[in-house]
Amino acid sequence: MFGIYLHWPFCESKCPYCDFNSHVAAEIDVAAWRKAYFSEIGRFASLNPGREVTSIFFGGGTPSLMPPSLIADLIDEIGNHWSLDKDVEITAEANPGSSEAALFEDFKLAGVNRLSIGMQSLNDDALKFLGRRHSAAEGRAAIEAARRVMPRYSLDLIYARPGQSAKDWELELTDALGLAGDHISAYQLTIEPGTDFHRQRIPAADEDIGADLFDVTQRMLEDAGLPAYEISNHARPGAECRHNLVYWQGYDYVGLGPGAHGRLTNDGITRRIQEIRDPARWMNAVETKGTGTQKSERLDAGERRDELLLMGLRLTDGVENDRFKSVSGETLEDALDPDAVKLLSDGGFLTFDGQRLAATPEGLRRLNAVLSRLLT
Amino acid sequence: MTDLSHIRNFAIIAHIDHGKSTLADRLIEYCGGLSNREMTEQVLDSMDIERERGITIKAQTVRLKYNAKDGVTYTLNLMDTPGHVDFSYEVSRSLAACEGSLLVVDTTQGVEAQTLANAYLAIEADHEIVPVLNKIDLQASEPQRVREQIEEVIGLDASEAVEISAKTGMGVEDVLEALIEKLPPPKGSQEDPLKALLVDSWYDQYLGVMILVRVVDGTLKKGQKVRLMSSGATHQIDQVGIFTPKATQVDELGPGAIGYITASIKTAAETPVGDTITDAARPAAEPLGGFQPSVPVVFSSLFPVDAADFEDLRDSLAKLRLNDASFVYEAETSAALGFGFRCGFLGLLHLEIIQERLEREFDLDLITTAPSVVYRLHKTDGSITELHNPADMPNPTQITTIEEPWIRATILVPDEHLGGILSLCEDRRGEQVELTYAGARAMAVYRLPLNEVVFDFYDRLKSTSRGYASFDYQMDGYAESDLVKVSILVNEEPVDALSFVAHRRVAEGRGRMICQRLKDLIPRQLFRIAIQAAIGGKVIARETVSAMRKDVTAKCYGGDITRKRKLLEKQKKGKKRMRQFGQVEIPQSAFLAALRMGDD
Ligand SMILES: Nc1nc2c(ncn2[C@@H]2O[C@H](COP(=O)(O)OP(=O)(O)O)[C@@H](O)[C@H]2O)c(=O)[nH]1
Ligand SMILES: C[S@@+](CC[C@H](N)C(=O)[O-])C[C@H]1O[C@@H](n2cnc3c(N)ncnc32)[C@H](O)[C@@H]1O
Ligand code: SF4
Ligand SMILES: [Mg+2]
Repeated sequence: MFGIYLHWPFCESKCPYCDFNSHVAAEIDVAAWRKAYFSEIGRFASLNPGREVTSIFFGGGTPSLMPPSLIADLIDEIGNHWSLDKDVEITAEANPGSSEAALFEDFKLAGVNRLSIGMQSLNDDALKFLGRRHSAAEGRAAIEAARRVMPRYSLDLIYARPGQSAKDWELELTDALGLAGDHISAYQLTIEPGTDFHRQRIPAADEDIGADLFDVTQRMLEDAGLPAYEISNHARPGAECRHNLVYWQGYDYVGLGPGAHGRLTNDGITRRIQEIRDPARWMNAVETKGTGTQKSERLDAGERRDELLLMGLRLTDGVENDRFKSVSGETLEDALDPDAVKLLSDGGFLTFDGQRLAATPEGLRRLNAVLSRLLT
Repeated sequence: MTDLSHIRNFAIIAHIDHGKSTLADRLIEYCGGLSNREMTEQVLDSMDIERERGITIKAQTVRLKYNAKDGVTYTLNLMDTPGHVDFSYEVSRSLAACEGSLLVVDTTQGVEAQTLANAYLAIEADHEIVPVLNKIDLQASEPQRVREQIEEVIGLDASEAVEISAKTGMGVEDVLEALIEKLPPPKGSQEDPLKALLVDSWYDQYLGVMILVRVVDGTLKKGQKVRLMSSGATHQIDQVGIFTPKATQVDELGPGAIGYITASIKTAAETPVGDTITDAARPAAEPLGGFQPSVPVVFSSLFPVDAADFEDLRDSLAKLRLNDASFVYEAETSAALGFGFRCGFLGLLHLEIIQERLEREFDLDLITTAPSVVYRLHKTDGSITELHNPADMPNPTQITTIEEPWIRATILVPDEHLGGILSLCEDRRGEQVELTYAGARAMAVYRLPLNEVVFDFYDRLKSTSRGYASFDYQMDGYAESDLVKVSILVNEEPVDALSFVAHRRVAEGRGRMICQRLKDLIPRQLFRIAIQAAIGGKVIARETVSAMRKDVTAKCYGGDITRKRKLLEKQKKGKKRMRQFGQVEIPQSAFLAALRMGDD
């Protein structure tokens, strides 16, 4: 597996909960951006030649604001430098506004075969609170439009909003299930530093409510045939987002565009690569220095091991011993503190059968605490 | 050599803030001991803490020259003494070096607890006492009422008390004249073998240990070989001097003189206060009557917040002790708080001052455990031991009885607040000894267990009387009591630093309070946490921190990995500050917070 993430850093407005590298720009010089992305694709390809791309992900920001022709050109350019797997998954994040919905057909023609739709809520008050530009009705229409042209689409939902009860959420989720395809990402609202919500001191749901809502989500989506395969991601079996599995399973990926991150392994050495975050400075660096990379660091064995576990244990399937060994060079038994594994297994938070280490549903809901106990 | 009849040695004693140090300043100024440029306010309070808190901790001394109205130039040796009860030991040392005292009373306040305590110390030391009525420049001054109080409450003749304002200098000359007239000159013989009282000693960065002495008989000279009569240790004198108040070398100190000597001594502990210094070649037959050494009565443990500061704490304690031999310390290990020191102090203020000096002068961040007193344990094997740390309490089956220290407390308080003070004393197991009235003030004398006093008694006294009560105490023996050790357990494991000894009657309430406090302070964990207070094997209070239900990051994609890993690495570092209790690890900070919170 080998993924390409491409970051488009522009949005029409900034949502108050969002800490992504997204900016509101008056004018965007599409030709210049095309050129810069092309240059970076060429550079990363020359450093990491001969890979077969299994997924491309256009993320943002709001990639659905990209001209479809640009998306088409970028997919082509990626295909010019690396080979594309015949089943390559190409996802674009899309905001469910009416103008975007009108372009879904063109995205499909450009090569996109999966949409991740930022629905967030089916409730107009909530959408307003979240600072979204679309109404519930527009959102529904956008999903209908997606359903018509794209066999694979996912809905993003934000729940555990202030004042939201388990009952409210059940109703909203039932509604959402009526619109869903084979994939739903349901995130509990996180108050991130630097956002408007953080400045306004909007509280995150308290632990007990958060736990109740989390359990509701697990139960309802499981019953609807979309069990969790990761903390916040649910899919019909087989319909998991292959691109995101690259991150969670510790495969290599290229990060293109401002602020994008990559992990690339060559000659057994994995490097963490981070692009310049500010869009204008990234562009300038690409144009003048021929690289948008801010830093590229070698991951040591301990860091690599920790990343495999902290990402892998987010998956309901957990971490496979063989995969762990092939990447980190040691077995899970050797890498982990047996006392911690025993304590966490006895507590009902982890299972380890020699083949696979996985968090139980109780463990997943408390994964941060489990990891902090495990990774010492 | 000054004619003995031209010397006067006197101490200034008073309740805190009644104006001792200010009067000392005026006297120094009047006698020209310092130029104007050198005069800073309260010149004798040399430590930063003394200046800031406005209290005198160490006794200070200064030699003055006074041209009296009778035409004679007198040598006056002045000792400014601490006013706080914790340091009454220092007061009695200073008094032993003098023949008389100025008893300063603030005429806007009247006689307070330490006025009384210090006056009694002076009477005990056979002093001639000159009452000085201070602050008469203030509107609220009531010199006549205070005169009466001095006569009624203390029983001193106040008809010739001097009225002054130490602030403006009014009446200062009258004070000096009264000194000459009323105080007896020192007695002593120059020919007799040397006998000098070791009044105090402290460490000076440049000169090593400086010893404050009062010569009784004979002379002290540079180069002389002297012997400390208690230990027999001999030293050659490097320097002989007086304070003007600057340290100034002189050729010799004769009978009646107060001054200092240095002799290349490294620690103050080698120079026990109250000792007699004599000539090594021609020793005196009998030492002077010394004092009982001061004994620490309040114990508490100090731990560095950052375990890495342990060595620094050790060094700093050693340095402080060079100067202050009255506190003691020894290394201690706590399961909850790591490595630290168990320390003994003269009282709560002493504890606070040492802690503050460590934090300020040595830049250490410290945790202090709840202060405790010294219990006397009678064991089943017939032995008697002293318990300095509740954590060391043996199994109750090995103990027949426990004795605790009592104090005799004198409290002066305006009538309207008396009711509150009496119920506070009763509530703290007090036994009334005496209750008298003088004007609008009442004087209550109570016997109280010291254990009840170290537990927030001062704070309560202050709040109950809106700051108007004054308090003084003396140790008053030990008595058997129904005392129990309360252990605090987290997941069945004792948290030694939180255990305490209390009377059975209050043990349960305090145990419950600590459990509730901890419950609020310990963050939820993967496993539930039981917090218990227990006496012996019996649980008297119980709280539970329920298990955490949810703690997971909602979104974690390619760009979030680094941030997430850094967070985990930070947690790993934080683990050094964690303590293991059964299945859970509890941050040390929770215990610190529990110790830091007051009794509310
Ligand atoms: N108004 C007035 N204030 C005084 C007088 N004597 C001392 N004070 C003030 O009372 C406070 C306590 O004085 P201090 O000499 O430190 O008292 P000590 O604690 O006995 O040494 C200081 O603020 C002095 O300035 C006085 O005669 N008149
Ligand atoms: C890269 S963002 C989506 C980009 C796209 N512009 C949009 O808003 O739909 C991916 C998803 O993360 C979720 N998300 C972003 N910030 C969040 C926050 N603070 N708390 C919870 N979920 C959040 C939203 O559901 C969002 O759709
Ligand atoms: S949530 Fe999406 S649309 Fe809103 S600011 Fe962030 S990236 Fe842009
Ligand atoms: Mg003073």
